[in-house]
Amino acid sequence: MKAFTRLDGLVAPLDRSNVDTDAIIPKQFLKSIQRTGFGRYLFDEWRYLDHGEPGMDCAERPRNLDFPLNHPRYWQVSILLARENFGCGSSREHAVWALDEYGFRCIIAPSFADIFFTNCFKSGLLPICLPIDVVDKLFRQVAAKPGYRLRVDLPAQTVTTPGGEAFGFEVDPFRKECLLNGWDDIGLTLCHADDIRAYEARRRQEAPWLFA
Amino acid sequence: MAGKTLFDKLWDAHVVRGDPDGTTLLYIDRHLVHEVTSPQAFEALRLAGRQPWRLNSIVAMPDHNTPTDPGFTTIADPVSRLQVETLDANARALGLRYFPIGDARRGIVHVVGPEQGATLPGMTLVCGDSHTSTHGAFAALAFGIGTSEVEHVLATQCLIQKKAKAMLIQVDGQAGPGVTAKDLVLAIIGKIGTAGGTGYALEFGGAAIRALSMEGRMTVCNMAIEAGARAGMVAVDDTTLDYVRDRPFSPQGVLWEQAVTAWRDLRSDDDATFDRIVTLDAATIKPQVTWGTSPEMVVAVDERVPDPAREPDPVKRAGMEQALRYMGLRPNTPMTEIQLDRVFIGSCTNARIEDLRAAAAVIQGRKVAASLKQALVVPGSGLVKQQAEAEGLDRIFTAAGFEWREPGCSMCLAMNADRLLPGEHCASTSNRNFEGRQGAGGRSHLVSPAMAAAAALAGHFVDVRTF
Repeated sequence: MKAFTRLDGLVAPLDRSNVDTDAIIPKQFLKSIQRTGFGRYLFDEWRYLDHGEPGMDCAERPRNLDFPLNHPRYWQVSILLARENFGCGSSREHAVWALDEYGFRCIIAPSFADIFFTNCFKSGLLPICLPIDVVDKLFRQVAAKPGYRLRVDLPAQTVTTPGGEAFGFEVDPFRKECLLNGWDDIGLTLCHADDIRAYEARRRQEAPWLFA
Repeated sequence: MAGKTLFDKLWDAHVVRGDPDGTTLLYIDRHLVHEVTSPQAFEALRLAGRQPWRLNSIVAMPDHNTPTDPGFTTIADPVSRLQVETLDANARALGLRYFPIGDARRGIVHVVGPEQGATLPGMTLVCGDSHTSTHGAFAALAFGIGTSEVEHVLATQCLIQKKAKAMLIQVDGQAGPGVTAKDLVLAIIGKIGTAGGTGYALEFGGAAIRALSMEGRMTVCNMAIEAGARAGMVAVDDTTLDYVRDRPFSPQGVLWEQAVTAWRDLRSDDDATFDRIVTLDAATIKPQVTWGTSPEMVVAVDERVPDPAREPDPVKRAGMEQALRYMGLRPNTPMTEIQLDRVFIGSCTNARIEDLRAAAAVIQGRKVAASLKQALVVPGSGLVKQQAEAEGLDRIFTAAGFEWREPGCSMCLAMNADRLLPGEHCASTSNRNFEGRQGAGGRSHLVSPAMAAAAALAGHFVDVRTF
């Protein structure tokens, strides 16, 4: 997994609540058996005016110029500013792969759906929860200032505005450690293989029907 | 010391090891696998030179991409076909327990798991699919995971987790005639919101939940995720045991007796404490219909499309306005005036035998409205289909003008050929009314099977209680 430490990135706003993973990456792209190739179809139904299908050349497709990511001021973004309950709905990790491949490294919102939140860490994406009033303020600042950037410091757990105002955020210590080091969860878990075997041996006695 | 919740009991029984900060290695008893969220996990496992930790914990089948045309022989879409063939190949290479296309037991993974007894009380059960919460109806801890976690479970039989908080949703009283499990859960989501359950495991209790069949409880738990909760669950009782007994994967003989003794304890202790309790009175709940693009955008069938002008919260108001634009609806329109283009009866929420019986009971002897372009019934599994045919339900549906299809996820998410066209309104027994969910530009209204059946006959929504 990619490590995440610090990021100084351009911010794009997505001003709607309950953005679901169907919107982040529509179902027709989930037919792929690859882990890559999703970035160009990120937010497909909002970004393009035609209907997208896997394999389409997106350079030729008509763009929805009202959608923030299509505006030149938001090219080369790496931070997405979003609203409540971002990433709700389907468990598809393709949503995270699409955001990652597009270039996002960090998403800031007042709240996230649980499965999406967990999936982010698996691709080295940092989801940050900030209070609603802070997110409101950031939305106002992004709108007011083209080229608006934020500095995200994972070791210090802060988000800092261009004006120097810093906001602290919470992150689970274990997930933080994994992100900072780019650790692979499976490798870590297999360090405890003996514990897993011991659990199985005990459980086999207590509840043998579970092992049939 | 306070007693334990059902969630506490399930959690505690599966802790392999715990760190002081609460990070827990949780053992997974059952892993259900389908074609969409597994190929990258199997490939990564292979590239790392790893083997599945416990093969017999896995049950796999294709469901999302599979055609539903009667007697289909091939998948026309080459991309869909490759995904199903990839699961075929992975299942063969690893020797998985597998229900391929052509096996009568195949169907939607959340219908087949319980039907086969692969879902048992007291289990931890995961699947790369958010509607895995369905299996919590069996007093199991069941939740959806992403593809990286699918790989993690394959490789280690465990997940790294932090314990969620516990919420009790107590539905007291008795639901009136025509009010189903689907209406109860839509009313719950309407009350707590689509993020109301975020960070919680839900337990559904109260007289109205106890009165539900296992099919009804699965419908309720299925939609826990639409309230933001990864897991929903219901305590064990005789209804649970009667359902589980004598299923192909269920324990038999002495093991059954031993299991039942353990399962009887799978309920929250009387003195257990919850982080949050929400109560509803089933007697006040009417048949529900969604009007917007989130399951929380729901009203009773005798109400009107809400008016955003009356919403004080600006973010919510903007969401409502956006939803109404997408749905092509005007505020204050009576729900019963919404004209429909298609009706879909199916999905992991409502494609079990009881759902088909409820719909057929409304339809019997009547005809689908001429204004409808299509009315589909897609059974949840091959065995549900067989059972329905043995009861003659298929003939009731087809005589009325419904299409009787092969099992699969179908128009719930339109990964196969069944989908809405832009602008079409659909009465759907599925679980998500998101933008584009049932086809780009499609407009979904979530309802119970009985309500969908009545709407199909009328061509618009009607109150099934007076239909």
